[in-house]
Amino acid sequence: MKKNKRSTSIIFYGIGGQGVIKAAEVCGWAALFDGYHVKQSEVHGMAQRGGSVESHLIFGEEVFSPLVPEGEADVIVCFHESEHSRLKHFLKKGGVDLLPYLKLADQCAESKKFSNTFILGVLSKYLDISRESWMKAIERVFASKSLNENIRVFMSGLEQGGRK
Amino acid sequence: MDNSQDKIKSIRLLSGNEALAAGAYEAGVRVAAAYPGTPSSEILECIASEYREIDSQWSVNEKVAMEVALGASIGGVRALYASKHVGINVAMDPLMTAAYTGINGGFVVITCDDPGLHSSQNEQDNRLVAEFAKIPLIEPASPSEAKEFIKIAYDLSEKFDTPVLFRMTTRISHTKEDVLLGTRTEVAPKGHNIDPQKYVMVPANAYRKHAELEKKLEDLRGFAELTELNKTEYNDKKIGFITSGVMYYYAKEKYPDASFLKLGMSFPFPSEKVKEFVKEVKKVYVLEELEPFIENKIRALGLKCKYRDPSFRIGEIRPEHIPDIVKGKTKEEKKIVSRKPVLCPGCSHRPVFSVLKKLKCIVTGDIGCYTLAALPPLGALHTCVCMGGGITMFDGMKRAVGKNVVGVIGDSTFMHSGITGLINAVYNKQKGVILILDNSTTAMTGGQPHPGTGMTIKQEPTKKLDLVQVCKACGVDNVDVADPFDVQSLETLIKTRMEGDSLSVVIARFPCRVVSRIRHEAVSLISEKCKKCYACLNVGCPAIVKTETGEITINKQYCVGCGLCVKVCPFKALVQDEKK
Repeated sequence: MKKNKRSTSIIFYGIGGQGVIKAAEVCGWAALFDGYHVKQSEVHGMAQRGGSVESHLIFGEEVFSPLVPEGEADVIVCFHESEHSRLKHFLKKGGVDLLPYLKLADQCAESKKFSNTFILGVLSKYLDISRESWMKAIERVFASKSLNENIRVFMSGLEQGGRK
Repeated sequence: MDNSQDKIKSIRLLSGNEALAAGAYEAGVRVAAAYPGTPSSEILECIASEYREIDSQWSVNEKVAMEVALGASIGGVRALYASKHVGINVAMDPLMTAAYTGINGGFVVITCDDPGLHSSQNEQDNRLVAEFAKIPLIEPASPSEAKEFIKIAYDLSEKFDTPVLFRMTTRISHTKEDVLLGTRTEVAPKGHNIDPQKYVMVPANAYRKHAELEKKLEDLRGFAELTELNKTEYNDKKIGFITSGVMYYYAKEKYPDASFLKLGMSFPFPSEKVKEFVKEVKKVYVLEELEPFIENKIRALGLKCKYRDPSFRIGEIRPEHIPDIVKGKTKEEKKIVSRKPVLCPGCSHRPVFSVLKKLKCIVTGDIGCYTLAALPPLGALHTCVCMGGGITMFDGMKRAVGKNVVGVIGDSTFMHSGITGLINAVYNKQKGVILILDNSTTAMTGGQPHPGTGMTIKQEPTKKLDLVQVCKACGVDNVDVADPFDVQSLETLIKTRMEGDSLSVVIARFPCRVVSRIRHEAVSLISEKCKKCYACLNVGCPAIVKTETGEITINKQYCVGCGLCVKVCPFKALVQDEKK
């Protein structure tokens, strides 16, 4: 296990059909491949398309609650501008809000389909997870036919991360 | 990284439901039956796809599933039942008496409760079912614990000759965690020894079994006192928590140095263990979601504990609530404005309800995606209580208000418990129209097959039930199959059938778009023709958006080109090159 005592918590959110949960899953696997304990909570059920969706991800040497308490998220990753205010209050003081990258994602990604992968690239800049584990996670979660595009988009996100 | 590569290979990121499937496999389960329902559906889906040596099935409904699993248990193999909390209601009849007969092969009944009603019609607390049915209750707090506890549950079931109620909640079912996979322990089939005194519940036998059951509960009480399922952790003895399920981790997050009595088996109640904890720790708080189940047990023991304000009995408890409970505050419901769930773009239910809205009918509804038609702008579904109620409540409603009532039910729900209601309506001379919204799947729970799809849970072809023939065989006078997107014809048909002196079923058939992926050329807007009358917004399609400046735009990523909005636009501003 990593020596990082404190766990890291991230909230992914947006609307149904955007791949919110898939993005959280990639991050979860990446953390797992890096040897962390992981809890990822989500609610699905009603509304396959267009409803609000959120996934909480916490990883660290020891993880207790599967839900991030209000005001304690290290990072919030919002995939839809109109949703941003909904969970903004979960971000801790001094936490990282990836909203500014959303527009950039739509421009940089080859298709809107890949915007979440771009954002994951940006996110990777802020997390203590190895590049190798991210790649393994992307391979694990995404279908093989779009794997190369996803890796490319992830890398361009990674290049942009931390610049905003 | 100090994990060996071998260990990493057997670690998976599994949801609580997937962990249960893995645990059932490792426990040597041979038969598993369920009816889909959020948040429980993935248990059987995972068993069917990952552990194919387990004989798994989507049963027609929960009562059927419970009986299939019980039959397998009495036949001598380890068996599993799974459903959401309200599914247990449907299966209560066999469950209550299974407590009397006991089991043969281990029998675990999984209930996935839904505090906070993420996708349910009520938030009943099924811990009470264990006490009512007089069977032991096991509650894990995390996915990895769910996997380990279910194995213990099977041993417990066989040791005490009883079904075991295994209670999950949405937060455990739908949390993913790193889980270490193990190997399967084969449990050989025991075979069935004919024993009518045990398995034939006629009054004389059942009376004897009831007496045995009371004795069994005493033995189970002894087990609850000793089992590691109920775990005491002494730390700071100034403050302690007695917890149920995921509450343990929420409290641990906020009060890592406190003492804990984590109850993984709360019925029969381990009174002595609780007494000891309360004696040792200065201030003890009871943390549980929904009903005051543990609270009432402790109150009955006359112990001094701190309890939640009653406002916390409603809805889900979240980690940030724990300090409020400790401070004795009332529950503060934060208003988080989230997007209301909506029918998907191109959903075949939308045109049907737009017709029913136009006809100004009272619509008795049922459980499924189409329940969303109750919300504005459609607002064309007026009751939703339980599975099958769309038909039976139509029958009752019509007797009360006379005309202009339509009953609505989905195809999977019709198989579940609509058929009996339909026979009842025919038998009791009901007239009018019942609509079966046939999207050829169990859509709301994620697209599971059912008898009308011709596929089993293992994706093997099977006999396909013909809805038209079933309705005719029930004695319905007129059975029509209609294309929901031919709105004009559908309206005429429903009107005609409503006016007739007969009982009619209209099957509105179009496959669910999420499953079938059927899409056509997206709709385009000719902005100079748009008069901003917003008739298209009344369709309630998430692909049609009104901008802040009042313009209409079509989200081409969402639009599947069903063309319903094209039909309602009076100015022909919405066009589609290619008709569907």
